[in-house]
Amino acid sequence: MSLLEITNLHKSFGGLSAVLKFNFRLDAQELVGLIGPNGAGKTTVFNLITGVYKPNGGSIVFNNEDIAGMAPYNICKKGVARTFQNIRLFKDLSVIDNVKIAFHKNVNYNLLSTILRTPAFFRGEKIIEEKALEYLKIFKLEDKRDEIASNLPYGEQRRLEIARALATKPTMLILDEPAAGMNPQETRELMQLIEWIRKDFQLSILLIEHDMSLVMGVCERIYVLDYGQIIAHGLPEEIRNNKKVIEAYLGEEVG
Amino acid sequence: MIEFAQQLVNGLSLGAIYALIALGYTMVYGIIKLINFAHGDVMMVGAYVGFFSITLLGTNILAAMLVAMLFCAILGVIIEKVAYRPLRNSTRIAALITAIGVSLFLEYITIFILGPAQKVFPSSAFPITEYHIAGISILNKNIFVFISAVVLMLILQYIIKWTKTGKAMRAVSLDMEAAVLMGISVDKTISITFAIGSALAAAAGVMVGVYYNTINPLMGIIPGLKAFVAAVLGGIGIIPGAMVGGFVMGLLETMVSGYGNSMYRDAVAFGVLILILLIKPTGLFGKNTGEKV
Amino acid sequence: MHEKKKTWLTFIFEVIVLAVLFTIVQYAMTVGLINQSYQINITSMCINIILAVSLNLINGFTGQLSLGHAGFMAVGAYASVIMTNNLGMPFIVGILVGCLAAGIAGFLIGVPTLRLKGDYLAIATLGFGEIIRVVLQNIDYVGGPAGMVGITRLTSWPWLYAATIVTILVIVNLINSSYGRAIISVREDEIASELMGINTTSYKVLAFVVGAMFAGLAGVLYAHFFYIIKPETFGFLKSFDIVVMVVLGGLGSTTGAVIAAIFITFLTFALQKYAAVRMIIYSLILIIVMIYRPQGLMGSKELTRKTFARIWSGKK
Ligand SMILES: Nc1ncnc2c1ncn2[C@@H]1O[C@H](COP(=O)(O)OP(=O)(O)OP(=O)(O)O)[C@@H](O)[C@H]1O
Ligand SMILES: [Mg+2]
Repeated sequence: MSLLEITNLHKSFGGLSAVLKFNFRLDAQELVGLIGPNGAGKTTVFNLITGVYKPNGGSIVFNNEDIAGMAPYNICKKGVARTFQNIRLFKDLSVIDNVKIAFHKNVNYNLLSTILRTPAFFRGEKIIEEKALEYLKIFKLEDKRDEIASNLPYGEQRRLEIARALATKPTMLILDEPAAGMNPQETRELMQLIEWIRKDFQLSILLIEHDMSLVMGVCERIYVLDYGQIIAHGLPEEIRNNKKVIEAYLGEEVG
Repeated sequence: MIEFAQQLVNGLSLGAIYALIALGYTMVYGIIKLINFAHGDVMMVGAYVGFFSITLLGTNILAAMLVAMLFCAILGVIIEKVAYRPLRNSTRIAALITAIGVSLFLEYITIFILGPAQKVFPSSAFPITEYHIAGISILNKNIFVFISAVVLMLILQYIIKWTKTGKAMRAVSLDMEAAVLMGISVDKTISITFAIGSALAAAAGVMVGVYYNTINPLMGIIPGLKAFVAAVLGGIGIIPGAMVGGFVMGLLETMVSGYGNSMYRDAVAFGVLILILLIKPTGLFGKNTGEKV
Repeated sequence: MHEKKKTWLTFIFEVIVLAVLFTIVQYAMTVGLINQSYQINITSMCINIILAVSLNLINGFTGQLSLGHAGFMAVGAYASVIMTNNLGMPFIVGILVGCLAAGIAGFLIGVPTLRLKGDYLAIATLGFGEIIRVVLQNIDYVGGPAGMVGITRLTSWPWLYAATIVTILVIVNLINSSYGRAIISVREDEIASELMGINTTSYKVLAFVVGAMFAGLAGVLYAHFFYIIKPETFGFLKSFDIVVMVVLGGLGSTTGAVIAAIFITFLTFALQKYAAVRMIIYSLILIIVMIYRPQGLMGSKELTRKTFARIWSGKK
């Protein structure tokens, strides 16, 4: 049974249809890629799934519930987490605080304990601190726990963003060009990390990535988007030899 | 009915003043996305310059208006250069706070130099006559304010639509980076925008002097805020919107003081503002644009 | 265990310092070392600290520029005077009702306006602040434009001191918690914050309501010290005053807000006879700080126990 089932999704900005008749399926613990030329509408699809944009039509069924048009924070609580194409960390906060914020939705002390500093507050904070450190360790960021997020090198910022997303305990993680701006070495490590995360956390992962060899190597299935519509989907092998896909990408290089 | 027509006549000249001030807000916002809080105070400075032009230089009202416009055009350019330009790349909040600073500065430097007391606008410069048409009383000062405001707005429309400067202004407000690539000098265009906006405010200031008879250093605050509301009402950044918004605010205000409680006059302006912001923040003529993620 | 003991010792030490400070001032007042005008100065200082620290929660930590803080101060002042003067209730009832009324006003204004962003929010809050003022001007029961007079002076040094410390403590504790991190995340990146499962609107409202309640508290203390309140006292110029303090201290620094509030109070006091000069200096502070040091005096840094510990060990 599929974890995410999108049917006939539609989004337009003014006159422009950024996403049109979009159909998509993702099974539990599957790793699927979404590729397409610049401006194809990939990020818009992510924004629709996570509630940042409201769709003009269609349904997004996640865990048997239509989440289309819900508020982003509710969608997060249902178990969807994401990263952004242009990193959006809490820049002026420390690395560990960035992760701690992800635990807030399950905070187990109330406002009164906060203000009166009751034992419940200290217990709760201790748990949050320990959990946040666990995630930093997974991403080898524990030594940087007190650094300001915006002072991290680019690759580490990307990793921190994934750590923060994972800390919300999602069942589906969606990554918007996680390897953008990384060197080949970093990219390889990141991909290994992503595969490992999927197994260890038992997650479904949806991935946008421009690096073709990388997408082909790691994804089980691939969807190709062009001008807001799916033009192909299937196994990496099938996509590699698909004429429409080649044209779409050639068209991009020529134009 | 006659009562209503009378309020309409009063409201039109007040609305014309608001429209002139609103134009400055909207032009500046359109081009650098700044609510120029000090704009109402530039209007106040204009009123004072007009006043001294009449009392010290002995000019007539039209010449006084021109002197005030020239003076404030320069003042506007200086304010932009000194206070706003260094902040062009910082947050909008920082720019807004600076604008509040400039506003306070203009108000209290005027108080410091000229004292807080109000001054009576010399009536010799503009002898009042009253006409009666179909039972409605019309003062010549209302006609004067209305006509000169409309003339100024027509000139502005001409500049924006037909001159090279106007085209540059439109280009910069549409897309600053693209305008730079087209060889437009952004700095110069912004300066000109401030000059024109401030000149219009100065003209409005002299009109306020004629309309209300008295001027004082804090006179810019409330009309400034109301004109700002007018600009938001019409859709900030949209020039015809500011004109329509100005007239709507003027009429609304005279209607409220004419039929209701004049104490609520100022609250009405803010009530309108909040309603607009909550229902359609982009204003009557604005288009919706969301943040791109 | 050792750590815990040390924390306790520090805590006890801090309590003693605060108590000593309180006693010194109290003693100086009773024996007449502090004259009337200095008493006014100290009162204004405490009230300004409460105002600046509470506005900083909204403007600095939550990142929502509010220009209507004086409006909530007015609500608190008027509500409390109705309780104490008109209904003969004890001061503590006045304080609680003042805070509550301001908090409710904050909620009613915050819910619709906090959907707006940046400068639109600033203008809307300014508008609401002015509406509060105009409405007060038109209610005869509270004296219309003349305001309420003959208020009994109930604001004493113990009340002031306690109110100031409670305000700082509540806001510092709030900020240094999971709730505080949620509030700050709204300022940092609203969209990312939403996607971390944080209902950003409700945290904005929370900050706004808490901020408004303390502004109300400041209003209560003001009303019961200066004998008289008028709507025009709480206009947007007063709101700008508070903004100046917050901006000068550094948006997002409670320490900064406190320091700036003290500084501005003394500046006001020193330039009492030259109101225009004072305002010119204010305006220049705003402009110069924004151009050359937009992060204010302290940036978002705080003086904490750690800072003192570092200074202490550095000296040794
Ligand atoms: N908020 C918005 N307002 C208007 N247009 C938008 C908005 N967001 C996206 N678009 C438009 O929708 C289209 C798809 O954009 P999108 O960002 O989804 O592309 P993408 O496939 O992620 O491209 P890239 O590979 O460059 O990231 C583009 O034409 C873009 O300009
Ligand atoms: Mg994209």
